[in-house]
Amino acid sequence: MTRRVRIALLTPALLWLGGLFAWAIAGLPGFGDYRGPYGYVLNRVVVPLRHTTNVVMGTTFDVRGIDTMGEEFILFAAVLGVTLLLRDESGSKEVERHTRRLRSDAVRLMGVLMVGGGLLVGLWLVAFGYVTPGGGFQGGVVVSGAILLLYVVGNHRDYRPFRDEHVLDPLEGLGAGGYVMVGLAALASGTAFLTNLFGSGKSGTLLSGGSIGVLNWTSAFAVTAAMLLLFAHFLETYVVPLEPEDAAA
Amino acid sequence: MSWIPPLLVAIPLLSAAVVAGLDHVTPKAIQDGLVVLASTATTVLAVILLWQAESHEVVHWFGGWRLQHGVALGIDFAVGPVAAGMCVVIGIVVTLALVYSLTFMREAARLFDALMLLALGAMCGFAMSGDLFNLFVWLELMAVAAYALTGFQVEQLGPVQGAVNFAITNSIGGYLFAIGIALLYARTGALNLAQIGKTLSHGPAGGLVIVAMTLLLCGFLVKGAVVPFHLWAADAYAVAPAPVCAVLGGVMTDIGLIGVARLYWTVFEAPFGQSHAVGDVLLWLGIVTAVLAGTMAFLQRHLKRMLAYSVVCHIGIMLAGIGLLDSSGLAGAELMFLAHALLTAGLFFVAGILHVDHALIDELHLRGRGRGCRSPAIAWFAGTIGLLGTPYVGIYLGHAGIDEGATELGRPWVLALLWLGSALAGAALLRAGARIFLGWGDAEDPLLGEPMEEEPLERDVFRPLLVCVAVVAVAIGIAVSVVPGLGQRAEYAADRFREGAAYTARVMGVHPMAPAQSLAVTIRHTTLESLLYGGSATVFAVGLALVGLYRRRLPRSVRVATGRTLAPPIYVLRSLHSGVVGDYVTWLVVGTAVLGGVWAALLHG
Amino acid sequence: MSYLPYAVAAWVCVVGLAGIATSRNLIHLAICLMVTQSSSYVLLLSVGYVTHGKAPIFKETKLGTTAVDPVVQALTLTDIVVSVAVIALILALALDAHRLSGTVDPDGVADISG
Repeated sequence: MTRRVRIALLTPALLWLGGLFAWAIAGLPGFGDYRGPYGYVLNRVVVPLRHTTNVVMGTTFDVRGIDTMGEEFILFAAVLGVTLLLRDESGSKEVERHTRRLRSDAVRLMGVLMVGGGLLVGLWLVAFGYVTPGGGFQGGVVVSGAILLLYVVGNHRDYRPFRDEHVLDPLEGLGAGGYVMVGLAALASGTAFLTNLFGSGKSGTLLSGGSIGVLNWTSAFAVTAAMLLLFAHFLETYVVPLEPEDAAA
Repeated sequence: MSWIPPLLVAIPLLSAAVVAGLDHVTPKAIQDGLVVLASTATTVLAVILLWQAESHEVVHWFGGWRLQHGVALGIDFAVGPVAAGMCVVIGIVVTLALVYSLTFMREAARLFDALMLLALGAMCGFAMSGDLFNLFVWLELMAVAAYALTGFQVEQLGPVQGAVNFAITNSIGGYLFAIGIALLYARTGALNLAQIGKTLSHGPAGGLVIVAMTLLLCGFLVKGAVVPFHLWAADAYAVAPAPVCAVLGGVMTDIGLIGVARLYWTVFEAPFGQSHAVGDVLLWLGIVTAVLAGTMAFLQRHLKRMLAYSVVCHIGIMLAGIGLLDSSGLAGAELMFLAHALLTAGLFFVAGILHVDHALIDELHLRGRGRGCRSPAIAWFAGTIGLLGTPYVGIYLGHAGIDEGATELGRPWVLALLWLGSALAGAALLRAGARIFLGWGDAEDPLLGEPMEEEPLERDVFRPLLVCVAVVAVAIGIAVSVVPGLGQRAEYAADRFREGAAYTARVMGVHPMAPAQSLAVTIRHTTLESLLYGGSATVFAVGLALVGLYRRRLPRSVRVATGRTLAPPIYVLRSLHSGVVGDYVTWLVVGTAVLGGVWAALLHG
Repeated sequence: MSYLPYAVAAWVCVVGLAGIATSRNLIHLAICLMVTQSSSYVLLLSVGYVTHGKAPIFKETKLGTTAVDPVVQALTLTDIVVSVAVIALILALALDAHRLSGTVDPDGVADISG
């Protein structure tokens, strides 16, 4: 259909949909008037039971752990999918692509600060994810972002180890598979899948939460590896080879 | 607490991680073996689960987070015979597809296998889950895997287009679903389906619940390719490799319907069960889908696209069965799903064989080329007759169940329309089979539009394996109507599924389930009407197929008259399926808005 | 005022859908898809807000203090990951479309129809 017809159909439909939303919103409790039992119960129950002071992570990795397992595999599937869709079976991708040698010291300095800082922040977010705000996913994304910055401010050669599929693929598989193994371990020991097997430790420290800590780290591995793989595939397809004289300079 | 439900998800997912992670390290044969082993193991476990679920609802609370004072904190898998049965069928179809693909495609095989295993795990998780957000997670996992698998042949534009249309429309469906979850969560403070149902049964169901229901059901209807959300299906199935189509068309699309049924009977029956409004709308959607898709199937010349519309047509019939809101209809839908999944998979496998043999997938181009291929021809015709609903073959028992349900509710006209849809799709497949394998019919037919060819993945394949898989799939599918005792068990399973109260009670642990009655092990009797309809649909389909083949030989006056009346609607119908994603999204929005409006009008006060 | 966040969510959703349906560029379309999904984040998070509630992190705060709902935050986290996954795939498909047909216009990519 032409754009005119499309817009003619779309406008009343969207208006009507908006009206339905408005009708639904009218039935919602007001902003701030949270009634449901789920949140209140968890806020009371998770810390005493699991000693994780970050209840959100406690919920993500323990109470609703199977959701998170599915979510990790969604990311895993996306990486597999992007690898599949951007694959080049003709083998012509082995051309060595050169990037410009960086000439600005200011950019280099900023880069060192940002990459280093980013890595530290990311690792801290992961490590203390279940104690203070943070988590495996969030930290993993920050770490992978910091590593990508390395590509921007550094040399192509500096970045190459982080594009190596032979390292990243197993790391990602380990992260995702590790999550399932923790769950299976619980199953094997006679309890339900993903039951928190390890002790709860001391609240507020790194040794709290039991398997939450383990799952936190497996997620971080999986997410970091996944994001780096995604970057690698997109960069490979997107990067344009330079003129030879630029590369030689 | 049974330990099998989580394994149906854990085994495929873990295997996918292992297979993808160890891609560069282990030899091909071991990886192939591991993949098939994982899929087979899942299927076997699903069979054991089905046997367990027959006697009681199998519930598994993850992490050991059971109910505390009526509040479900954790996530559960609640498996009845319907869910377990679906897992068995999913397992069988995926295993067959994986075996088929061992020789059908060899490039990027590891990625393909891993994505298929992820889809398997996600579909099983979806069938079993008892938590609203968990359903969303599995929905998205199977969707992401499916989008990538559809675009497998990236060297051609068609697969990219199909994958884009698929990805965008289904993602929107998923996001509407997420908004629905948020709305329902605000109202009930719970994500567990049983708990939500219980909460909604007290108190009035205002606009919030109606809109939430619209969004949730539309999310599943998009996945399930129901009109007007079905437009992506033909584009996607036309371009995906045959084993992917077998999985997508055979089971993944149907699983949207089980989601609809699950949501209705656990959550929305309590507030909206008095009026038949929800069911009636679903019934009408199903009927329109069946007839429209059947017609579109007849207008196709690309084999996989034709099969895609046939899938959508049968989805419509199954949705109509669910929309009748009674056990016969639901049992009919279950049996139809069982037969349809395997027969459709088998037909896609045969299409794949033709594609590999001749590098052609267009019916007219393939005219006569199938002569001499006996096994694929037998599989194709057997599968077609099974999908047609000839008495006691394939989907017949399921169709008869739906007929019975409709008659019981005093709607005999439903039968005629549903059988019409079935016959139209069946006629298309018969026509294609006759043209390809028997060489009948004209060489050109402008009614069927422009040709769309594509390159096959491999030419050098181990053909006997492909043929064997296709034959096995069709054979199982055909036999469904004559397996003794299956009809009764399906009806029992439907009763269990519908008893929202019993499900809630079992999940909430209030009182135990009544023991299963001993069911008869005989071939179920069907009504005379169904026999007549089945027979006449077969005759009609054969006739229509012959008309399709030999249209030129009809008297000129007849041709001109029918041409004048049928050409405009056919043109309109064709142009609606434009292949442009903006149009599809527009129809999605229009459909959601209209459904919301209809349900608002029917259910509010 | 107390319904404003919900209204924002509804508006964002509708605008996102309009963008998707009328988009002329697959990359723009992917971003519109992200916009539509962010409406579900806004809605989820607003639904879980408790007036005067603190974050559900009990390291410094005493256990028992009113805190907002942690469940919707966990759900939003999952939602965001889903969004990343879908966007990654659509962007990859956009790259493929560009490579094969020279355009990223969804209307121009329509090779098969009917």
